[in-house]
Amino acid sequence: MTAYIVRRLWQMIPTLLGVILLVFFLFNWVGGDPAYVLAGKISNQEQIDNIRRQLGVDQPYYVQLGIFIKQVVTGDFGASWSTNESISHILATRLGPSLTVTVPLLILDTLIAIGLALAVAYVRGSLTDRMVMIVCTVGLSVSILVYIIVFQYVFAYKLGWFPVQGWGNGFWENLIRYSSLPILIGLAVSIAPDLRLFRTFFLDEINQDYVRTARAKGVGENRIMWVHVLRNASIPIITNVMSQLPGLLVGVFLIERFFSIPGIGREVILAVERSDFPVIKAITIYVAVATMVFNLLADLMYKAVDPRVQLK
Amino acid sequence: MATNMATLGAPPAPREIPHTVSPSLWILAWRRLRQDRVAMISMAIVGAFLVLILLSATGLIAADWSREVGVNYAPPTFMGPDASSEAAPAQAAKAAAGETLASTYHSTIVDPLADVLAQIRGEGKPKAPAAGADAGAGSGDASVDPLADVMADIRAGKGVTAPVAETRAATLPFGGDKWGRDVLKKVIKGSETSIAVGIASAILATFLGTVFGAVAGYYGRWVDDFFNWFYSVFSSIPYLLLILAVAAVLKQKGLMTIILILGLTGWSGVFRLIRGEYLKHKAREYVQAADAIGASNMRRIFVHIFPNVSHVVLVQLSILAVAFIKSEVILSFLGFGVPVDVVSWGSMLNEAQNELILGKWWQLVAATIAMATLVTAFSLFTDALRDALDPKLKGMAGH
Repeated sequence: MTAYIVRRLWQMIPTLLGVILLVFFLFNWVGGDPAYVLAGKISNQEQIDNIRRQLGVDQPYYVQLGIFIKQVVTGDFGASWSTNESISHILATRLGPSLTVTVPLLILDTLIAIGLALAVAYVRGSLTDRMVMIVCTVGLSVSILVYIIVFQYVFAYKLGWFPVQGWGNGFWENLIRYSSLPILIGLAVSIAPDLRLFRTFFLDEINQDYVRTARAKGVGENRIMWVHVLRNASIPIITNVMSQLPGLLVGVFLIERFFSIPGIGREVILAVERSDFPVIKAITIYVAVATMVFNLLADLMYKAVDPRVQLK
Repeated sequence: MATNMATLGAPPAPREIPHTVSPSLWILAWRRLRQDRVAMISMAIVGAFLVLILLSATGLIAADWSREVGVNYAPPTFMGPDASSEAAPAQAAKAAAGETLASTYHSTIVDPLADVLAQIRGEGKPKAPAAGADAGAGSGDASVDPLADVMADIRAGKGVTAPVAETRAATLPFGGDKWGRDVLKKVIKGSETSIAVGIASAILATFLGTVFGAVAGYYGRWVDDFFNWFYSVFSSIPYLLLILAVAAVLKQKGLMTIILILGLTGWSGVFRLIRGEYLKHKAREYVQAADAIGASNMRRIFVHIFPNVSHVVLVQLSILAVAFIKSEVILSFLGFGVPVDVVSWGSMLNEAQNELILGKWWQLVAATIAMATLVTAFSLFTDALRDALDPKLKGMAGH
C-alpha cells in the first residue's frame, strides 16, 4: 500500500512538470511581455525596463523557467500584479468561502442524485422514469447562466427569501444566509447530469445475477437497492464525484461572481479580467496538483469499497 | 468488387449462387435511426437550425439585425402600439418601484417615447424620412437617448451605415433590446455565432484528438508515452480553468480566438477514446493484411483503420459541439468570448441579466428558448446517433 502511494506520488512529477511547462508557455511566451500589461498605458521605456528587471523577464527563458519552478516548489508565487497582495494570502482567504459553498453542494448533490437515481432505476422503463429523463435532458440544455439569473431574480430580488448577494463574517451566517441560494442553484444545475449518469450505473448492476440471487433468497427490495446494488455501483460513482472535486473549486465561479462570494472562482475571473497572471498561474498549478491527489484518493477508495480491486 | 466476383462466379454455375451484399455500418445505423422517432424529430430541429444559420450567414435573413427598428426595450406584442401604451407605464412603474439602479433613466425612456412614437406612427407615416429624423432629433431622440449622437459617431467611424432615424415601432412582435433592435433577428444572428463557433471548435478539437489518438495508439511505445503524458497534463487542469487561462493570455478578441481556445483545450476526451480504438484495431487481421500488401504506416492509420473508428469520431464530434456551444455562451457572457460588435447567445444573456431587473424579460426568454431547443435536440440526436452506430453501448450513458 505505502509502496503504491509512493510510486503514484513519484509518477505525478512528470505530469506536474508538464503542467508547469504548459503554464509557462502560455503566460511567458504566448502572453507576451508582462511589463506592458503591468505598466499600463501611461509608461515610458524606463519604467518598462524597471518592471522587466523586477519580474525577471529580461532574463533568458531558461532562467525564467527556473524561477517559476522554484516558485512552484516553494509555494511562494510572489504578489498579485493588481493588488500587490501576496498570492498565498489571496488563496488562503479565498479558499474558505469557496468551500463553504462547494462542500455542502457536493454532499447534497451526491446524496440526492444517488437517492433519485436508485428510485428511477428501480422503476426503469416506466412513465415516471421517462418523464424524469426528459426533464433532466431539457434541464441540462438550459445554460447555468439562465438558472443563476432567474433564480437570483425570482427568489432573492422579487420574493426576498434570500439576500441578493453578499458575504458576512461568521461561518454560520455565511452558510445559512448567504450560501443557501447559491447551493440551491448549484443543485438545480448538477443534479440532472448526475442523476442521468448514476441511473445508468445502477441499471448496469440491476440485471446482474447477484441481484436475482439476493431476491431469490428473500432479501427485501430496499436492501437490494441500497446495499447490494449501491455498493457494486459505487466505483463509477466515486470516480465521478472525485473527478468533480477539483473542478468544483473553480466550477462555481459563475455563482461566486453573481453572488459576490469572495471565493477562488471569482478570483480567477477577476484575475483574467485584470490580466493578473501570477494569480492565474498559481491557481492553475494548485488545482492541477489537487486533481492529481484526488485521482490518487479515488483509486485508494476503490480498494476500500471493493476488496477485489488490486492496486498495481 | 463483391458484385464483380459474384457475376464472375455466376455463369459456369448451373444455378444462381445466392449473393447478398451485407449492408454497411452506415446503412444499418441509418435504418436504426429512422426507426427512432425522437431521433428523427431532433434531427429535424437541428437541421432547421442549421438551415437558419446558413440563411443568416449568407445574409438572406437577419442581415439587418443591428438596425434599430423599434423603440428602446420595445415590448413584445402582436397587438400593435395601442395595447402596449397601456402596458408600458405599468411596466415602468413596476420597474421603478423596487429598482434603484438606473430606474429613473429607464422609466423615462419607456414612457414618453411610446406616446411620441405612437403619434409619429399615427400621423406621420407618409412623411419623408428626413422630416422624421428632424422631429426625432429635436424632440424625441435627444431626450430619450443621450448617447444617440455618440453612437451615431461610433457607427460612422466603424463604417456601419447609421440607421436613418426613421419611424420606430413602439412594439415589436418579439420585443426589442436596449437599442430597439428586433430580438427575433438578434436571436437568429446570435444562434449563427454560437452554433458556428461550437461546431468549428468541435471540428478542431476532434481533429486534434483523432490525430493524436491515432498516432499514439498505432505506434505505441515512446510515442504513446509522450501523448499520454501530454494528455495527463491537459486533463489535470479543469477544463474551465484552462479555457480561462488561455483567454487571459490571448489579448485580441475575435471568433477565431474563441474557436482556438475551445478547440485547443478540448481534445483530450477524444484522444483517450480514439487511442483505445487504435490499440484494439492495430492487432486485427485486416491491418496485418494491409501490412502484407505493403501499405505504409500513414495509409494503414488513415485509410485502413480510420473508417473503422470513424463512427466513434462522429459521435465525439457531436458531443463536443454541444459542450462547446455551452462553453461559448459562458465565455461570451463573461466578456472573454465574442467581440463587442458580434452578438451571440452569451452576449445576449449578458444584456438580459440587467434587463431582467428592469422587468424586460423578452431577450432572456428568446435566447434561452433558442439555446434550450437546439441543445436538447442536439443532445437527443447525439444519444440516438451513438445508439444507432454502436448498439452495444446502448444504455451506457444515460439514455
